[in-house]
Amino acid sequence: MKKNPNRHLMTAMLISTCIAALPALAQDGPIKIGVLEDQSGDFAAATNVKVHAIELATKEINDAGGIDGRTIELVIYDTQSDNRRYQEFMRRVLQQDQVDVVFAGFSSASREAYRPIVNQFDGLAFYNNQYEGGVCDANMIVTGAVPEQQFSTLIPWMMEEYGPNVYTLAADYNFGQISAEWVRQIVDEQGGNMVGEEFIPLGVSQFSQTIQNIQESDADFVVTLLVGAAQASYYEQANSSNVDLPMASSVNVGQGYEHKRFTPPSLAQMHVTTNYIEEIDTPASNDFVERFRAMFPDEPYINQEAANSYIGINLYKQMVERAGSTDHDEIRAVLGEGDVCFDGPSGNVCLDPQSQHMSHTIYLAKVEEDHSISFPEVWENIEPYWLGDAGCDLTQNDPSAQYTPSNPPPAQ
Amino acid sequence: MEFFPASFSIFYQFGNAFAFLVISCAGLAVIFGMMGIINLAHGEFIMCGAYVTASTARAGLPLPLAILCGTLTAALVGMVLERTIIRHLYHRPLDSIIATWGISLIATQAVLILLGPTMSGTGTPLGSMEVGERSYSIYRLALFASAVGLLGGLYLLFYRTRFGVIARATIQRPEMARALGVDTRRVYGLTFGLGAGLAGLAGGLYAPTMTMVPTMGATFIVESFVTVVVGGADIFVGAAPAAAILAVIKAALTAWYGQLFGQIGLLVAVIVVIRVMPGGLSAFIKRWQR
Repeated sequence: MKKNPNRHLMTAMLISTCIAALPALAQDGPIKIGVLEDQSGDFAAATNVKVHAIELATKEINDAGGIDGRTIELVIYDTQSDNRRYQEFMRRVLQQDQVDVVFAGFSSASREAYRPIVNQFDGLAFYNNQYEGGVCDANMIVTGAVPEQQFSTLIPWMMEEYGPNVYTLAADYNFGQISAEWVRQIVDEQGGNMVGEEFIPLGVSQFSQTIQNIQESDADFVVTLLVGAAQASYYEQANSSNVDLPMASSVNVGQGYEHKRFTPPSLAQMHVTTNYIEEIDTPASNDFVERFRAMFPDEPYINQEAANSYIGINLYKQMVERAGSTDHDEIRAVLGEGDVCFDGPSGNVCLDPQSQHMSHTIYLAKVEEDHSISFPEVWENIEPYWLGDAGCDLTQNDPSAQYTPSNPPPAQ
Repeated sequence: MEFFPASFSIFYQFGNAFAFLVISCAGLAVIFGMMGIINLAHGEFIMCGAYVTASTARAGLPLPLAILCGTLTAALVGMVLERTIIRHLYHRPLDSIIATWGISLIATQAVLILLGPTMSGTGTPLGSMEVGERSYSIYRLALFASAVGLLGGLYLLFYRTRFGVIARATIQRPEMARALGVDTRRVYGLTFGLGAGLAGLAGGLYAPTMTMVPTMGATFIVESFVTVVVGGADIFVGAAPAAAILAVIKAALTAWYGQLFGQIGLLVAVIVVIRVMPGGLSAFIKRWQR
């Protein structure tokens, strides 16, 4: 059978006209928010709660009359801890579901997998995870903490408290590699000494050789940048081999609530810089935990990504209401005014127009022998300054790139 | 460095890798070697054993009994699956791969939905000991002893008991065994149960050292398949020496070049073995014996 090529052309035209017409028609309908998070697979333990946080924020906003009178409608897909799913579903929410904004991603590998697609369709995505920093992309708004917030506070504190010799254990992908570079640089600046650095492939669960290497080094503390359920087996194994060294991390406790899941004292002496965990004892935090548990009574743990996702929805609401539109350029114009702030569970936070990252109050959480949490130090209101200082200015131009200390933005 | 602590350290690393390979592959090797079924749900039997072990241990049962519970539960689940699904696929090896893969997906997702994304484990028992300047986990040594004991126990089971004789007869000449009055279907069922139980045992033994998540079986899969592929169909002249050789490769590469190269080494070993001796070590050794 021979097909008429013109018919295809006409169908295509018809479809594209419909797509072009849709946003205009949808202006007074609900605001659609795409949610791509790992609800199954290796990362599910840390990310299910993000979806719940978004649902909580949505319910609160809808109950109070929505965004500018428009209700929020969530389009949720389970990305299964699989980078290809992120690409597939990112295309789907942007092309087929025509969402106004997307909340997406846990691992940095998944973010880098979907980011080109957001750029291609000129979408707007919130990344609500702490990460290795450096994403300078106008289509991205990052509410998670970055190295200048987590490491510039943590590493000097640890070196002062325990000593200058540092051993880094990091997951072997972009997050671990770049975070380790940050640690290396800060240790160097502070006059410390890297006694070891080891990268572990994702999915590895047996650490006896690594543990021996750490014991042979003269490390004063170990920086653990391990990711995923398999790698989390390290703590139990290190404890049963009696490694007995203080640990520092930007990912543990605040993400995977290892102190709740493992038998004490395997996580004792762990120090984590986080912008939120449920143990933070402030009226705002306690109130957030109470509202969260009222909606999700069985939630195992409310982590920093949950708080960031909740804050993200509220920031988006504020920007849309101030812009009077869901148009990305108008939203970014509001962001450019530099006073988009929100008083949320983790205190007052503001978006930085240059990098589109967020300021944070950083808490140093220390895990005790019985796995209770103490907070020996709090750093108020740390700006995400590195990208701006290095020369990323999204109000001027949009390189849509990720930079690292060894690969900074090109000089203008 | 003193001679004794240094050699103990090498032995410990080797024993540790050997134990992981043997314990994780035993169930797979029995089911593949005896029945020709490639069981892609192997990791999920391990997860089943680990979950039952951890929850019964947390309920107050002593760890060895908890591990036994995990083993028996996995064996029981295995026998039920054999009766309902696997039995109908004995002469369709490709279909059985798909079927067991399906079982594995269903099991992982069901556990995620029913029990949540994570479960608290039980701590590693037995503490640590000092040799020279380093400290070692005693439980890891117990795992090595378990691996050796496991091989010994399986040898006795297959070569010194009535069940072993009947099982081997059934595998080699099913028609002849049937003619002599053996209920071969029952033997297949028991053998599959044994394989599933061994997987459950692997889960139980490693449960105290690992994170309890629905996907935990996947961390055993690469190592166990590599060992069975290198070893070939026979667990004693195949999987056991394969585990020893691979343990040397993995421990040495990990010690010198790090975890990544340990993993690469394992996979390169498989490629080389498949190319040079397609039947695995066991076929090679048996031919050489003749």
